[in-house]
Formats: sequence, structure tokens, C-alpha cells
Amino acid sequence: MARNPSAESASDDPTPVVGAETDIAPLGHSGPKPAHELTADEDLDVADWERVAAMGEFKALVAAKLRFIVPATVFFVVYYFALPVLVGYAPRWMEQRVLGPVNLAYLFALSQFFMAWIIAALYMRAAGRFDAMAKQIMAKLSKQRKGE
Amino acid sequence: MSTPLIMFLAFVAITLVITYWAARRSSGASAYFAASRQITGWQNGVAVAGDYMSAASFLGIAGIIAFQGYDGFMYSVGWLVAYLTVLLIVAEPLRNAGKYTMADVLAYRLSPRPVRAMASLSTLTVSTFYMIAQMVGAGALVTLLLKGSGINYQTAVVGVGVLMIVYVVFGGMLATTWVQIIKAILLMGGTMLLSLLVLAHFGFSLANFFNAVTHVTYHDKGALVTQNFLQPGLRFKPPYGALDLISLGLALIFGTAGLPHILVRFYTVPDAKTARVSVVWAMVIIGTFYILTTFLGFGAATIVGRDQIATGGGTNMSAPLLAQALGGEVFFAFISAIAFATILAVVAGLTISASTSFAHDFYTNVIHRGTERRPGEEVRVARITACVVGAVAIAIAILLGPNANVAFLVALAFAVAASANLPVIVLSLFWKRFNTKGAVIGLATGLAASIILILLGPSVKLINPPIFPLENPGILSIPLGFIGAVVGTLLGREPAAEAKFDELLVRANTGLGAEKATAH
Repeated sequence: MARNPSAESASDDPTPVVGAETDIAPLGHSGPKPAHELTADEDLDVADWERVAAMGEFKALVAAKLRFIVPATVFFVVYYFALPVLVGYAPRWMEQRVLGPVNLAYLFALSQFFMAWIIAALYMRAAGRFDAMAKQIMAKLSKQRKGE
Repeated sequence: MSTPLIMFLAFVAITLVITYWAARRSSGASAYFAASRQITGWQNGVAVAGDYMSAASFLGIAGIIAFQGYDGFMYSVGWLVAYLTVLLIVAEPLRNAGKYTMADVLAYRLSPRPVRAMASLSTLTVSTFYMIAQMVGAGALVTLLLKGSGINYQTAVVGVGVLMIVYVVFGGMLATTWVQIIKAILLMGGTMLLSLLVLAHFGFSLANFFNAVTHVTYHDKGALVTQNFLQPGLRFKPPYGALDLISLGLALIFGTAGLPHILVRFYTVPDAKTARVSVVWAMVIIGTFYILTTFLGFGAATIVGRDQIATGGGTNMSAPLLAQALGGEVFFAFISAIAFATILAVVAGLTISASTSFAHDFYTNVIHRGTERRPGEEVRVARITACVVGAVAIAIAILLGPNANVAFLVALAFAVAASANLPVIVLSLFWKRFNTKGAVIGLATGLAASIILILLGPSVKLINPPIFPLENPGILSIPLGFIGAVVGTLLGREPAAEAKFDELLVRANTGLGAEKATAH
């Protein structure tokens, strides 16, 4: 699926495909590099960054990402460090048996794995939305570019 | 010739065929450093897992759980949860805004030469120390696993070193990737089989298994004791145990996302979306593996027993001895061979990240200000660096000898990654005001704080009693790294860096202008 991702989005993405045999120009090349040898950094026509950054759609994308990433990060950091803190400072409480011979400490540790997987799954779902927003921005840019 | 040796040689033969294939296929910088950015999502996910799950995880954690029970499992938890930092914060922006190394992202807005020089120093420090730890481990294992096969410590270290150089010099990132993929599959297969055998031993009853875990008997100072191995506190004891546990957690959670050999893997995929998919693949594999350390470690404690492991080679032999007890000599050989494959794949990943950073960051961008004087020079420098780094690691590992305590080198690698690399990556991506001074001072403080605190700590015992009581310096060195970066930034303003923030923000979040896959 990921073999050739540039094909699916080629129409909306104004980025030139970079990547010759070596993507750094050898010494002795005079004059401008051929287009296929330009690195993205050198290709100043890629986009007017300030204009993209000022677009309402772009601001909405960054805000949407932060609305997910910041709470998710805070949650997993707090949930994770609750484990060493409780194990370290309340070991007697963590030793209570809850499931047959299995104690709270082990179950809490085990729950961390599922917490990580669930957050990853939620992020994958949210990221699908971010991808769609980014694609719309790309489409708008390429439309503007053609209009120029 | 012993069975473990034959199985190990079979693995080596397969990886050499892959290296030959990769060497014929790839040419050019993007192919050498980033496998032409054509690795697919699941492939990269498996490779990340193979790059990450070192001998310290497979043999080390199983051993700690077998000897100190629950506290060992705490390592397993941190090693997976750390990937949330990679997934949520680092992987996609890095892929979108960088080219070959972590420093690419930093150099984007900041003055490239000082930042790349510092980032390259930090990368080389992390990779070399981590590599030496792995090589000493490999050499020490040989004397235990391949007993009677005529291979000693020196031969093993040289063998592992030469193989990793061959993979990296001839096969580049493509060969390294496939070595890591095969190793991860073997490691998962072996671990699952071993876990199944442990469960079968207890009649496939989790209740029986955990009942046994709560009544582990062994000799302690001559007296027979029965211990509940699910009880916390057998390793991390007062007065500093709790703090050390938190400090370890900090280094794992924030260090993984700053490990150069993990970060370079995200440049091998075509785009940020694939990078994201690959992190999730890696999380599934790594998580499954670390949950299964429950059966490896507690299985060894209950079925083999601490006493027998201690006489049969020590903590690191827990998993292989468990395999021997449950599956006989052939299974013992298989698990031993996997342990070697594990080390080889990890050192190859470390070698390529170190040589990429030296060639791309230091040689091309710092010394020659971003221009290659002859075509293919960057790749040639990387190949030479791989040989040098490999030779240095071999020499130091042999000098240290099989009995050196190298665990602190792993702690050091994670501490440097968390205290030096991660703060500057995060600030560079999220703080507009962040500038060159901040990056250089942040990297320097994080690096120096980690090294000094480890030297003053209980693992090195440079000064006795240790001035710094914790084995893991993260709890102090990570804040120091952040403070260094913030204070350095506030020392002055850098309008050029602030002006480029919008560009980095757009690139990181949309993938506009990101490096594309190379067509063959």
C-alpha cells in the first residue's frame, strides 16, 4: 500500500519529487541544478509558508492536533507515573490481592499496556481526520497555484 | 560443532545473503541512509521492534524478573509506554521536516553548524556507549551459551563487530532493516513458543501459574525462603528505591523518543502517515513481547528456580535455561541463537545511526558547510565511519573484558537521549522563540549532566560512597537539559530562527515539501 504513496496524492501536492542518485549536488556543477536534483529545502517555490501558516484551515489543523495530543500526553504521563509512585510509596496498598493470587500492583502494570494500545488506537482514528484536513489544505493550495 | 553454533551460523548466512542483495540494489545517499524511503509501514514497524528489543530486554529483563520478581516487570512497562511519546510527539514531524538524522529537524530553523556539531556529538555518545554495552554482553553470552564450541570472549566480540560492519558498510540501511525484521520475527516466535511451553507446564491454567509465582522458594544466604514474586520492592529498596524507579521511568518515557537509532528508522518510510502506521505496528509487537516477559521471567523463577540459574550461569541465563528445562537441547540452541541474532540486529542499527550522523551532520554539514565535494562522498564517509566506530567498539569491549559492569552504559544512553536530545527536539518543534544558543546549551547541559551524575552515582563507584544516590540520573538530568535549553534561548533573540518557525510548523504538520521516496 505504501509502495508508491506519491501516486495517490500527486494531484494535490505541489511538492516536487526529490531524489536522484545522490540528492546533494556535486561540486563542479555550474548553473542552476536541474529540477529533479533540487532538495525540498532549495526549492523555494514549494510554498509560501507564511501564507499557508496564516490560512484558517491550517490553524484549525494545528489546533485540532494539539487538542488531541496535549490531553493524551498529559493523561498517559500521569497514568504511567502513578505506577512507580504508588509502587514506591504505597507498596502495602499495591500488594492487596484482587484477582485470586494476583495483586493490584501487577494488574495496574498490565493495564499500562492496554492504556498505551488504546491511546494509540484513538490517535490513529483522530489522525485520519488530521490527514483529511491536511489534504484539503493541499488541494486548496494547488488550486490557487493553478489559478495564478 | 554445537547445535547453538549451527543455528547461529544459519542466521548469519541468511543475513549475509540479504546484505549481498541489498548491496546490489542500492546506490546513492537516500538509498544508503534511508533505504530509498521505500520501507512499508508494517516492515518498518517490525524493524523498529527489532532495533529496540535488545539483549538487555530479552535476557536482562527475563533475568531480573526471575531474580527480583515484580520490580523487573516495571522495566517492561516503561519500555512500551515510551512509544506513546514517539507516536504522539516525535515520529511524524521528524519524518516531515528531516532528511537523514535527528539534527535535520534542529538545523531547520537554527544556525546549522553549531547545532549539528552538538547533536552529532550527542548521537555518537549514545550510540557508542549503547553499542559497547551490547558487545560486552554478546561476548559474555558466548562463554555461557556456546560453552565447549571453542569460541571465547574475544572471538565473539570480533565476530559480532565484523558482522555489523559488513551489514552496514555493504548493505546500508536496506540490509540493516531486513536483519532487524528477521530478528524481530525470530525473537517473537521464540518468545511466544517459550511462553506457551510455560503455560503448558501449568496445565494452561493462569491460576496455577500465578499461584506458583506467589510461592517461589530459593536459598537466600543459606536459608530456604518462600517469597511472593508479585510483591513490589525486591529490587528497588528504601531509602532511594522509589525515586530510582521514577527516575528510570522518566529516562525510558522521554529517552526512547530521543534514541538516534530509533529516530533514523522513520526516514526509511515514504511519508509521515506510514511513519505513524509503523509506530503502531511496533507498539503491538513490543507490547506483546513485554507482556510475555511475565512468562519468561516468572517461568524461569518457578520452573528452573533461582538456585539453579545462579549455578547455571547467572541472571542473564534465565531465559535460555528455561528453554532448556522445557524444550530440551534443541530449543535451548534455538533460544541461544535468537539471543545472538538480537544483539547483531541492534548493533547494526546503532552503527548505521552513528555513521549517518557523523557523515551527514558533522562531515558534510559542519566541516564542508553542506556541499559534497565529490559525488557519493557522504556515503563513502559514512562507510569509513562505520568501520571506525565498529573497530573502536570492538577494542573497548575487549579491553573491558567479559566481567565488566556495563548496565550503566545502557542507563547512560537512555539518560542522554532523554536529557539532551528530547528537550531540544520538542522545543524546536513547539516553541517559536527557541534558538541556536538554547539548542547548543540544552544539548551540552543534558549530555554533561547525564554523564557526570552517572559517574557520581552508585553504578560506577568512582567515589565511595556515591555522591548521587540514584542509578538513573533522569529525574535530575532531564529537568537540567530543559532548563539549559530554555535559559540559553532567553539569553538572546534570533529573528531568523523565529521567522522560519511558520515554515517548520507547516512542513511538520502537512508534509508539504517532505523528502519523497526514490523510484528505482
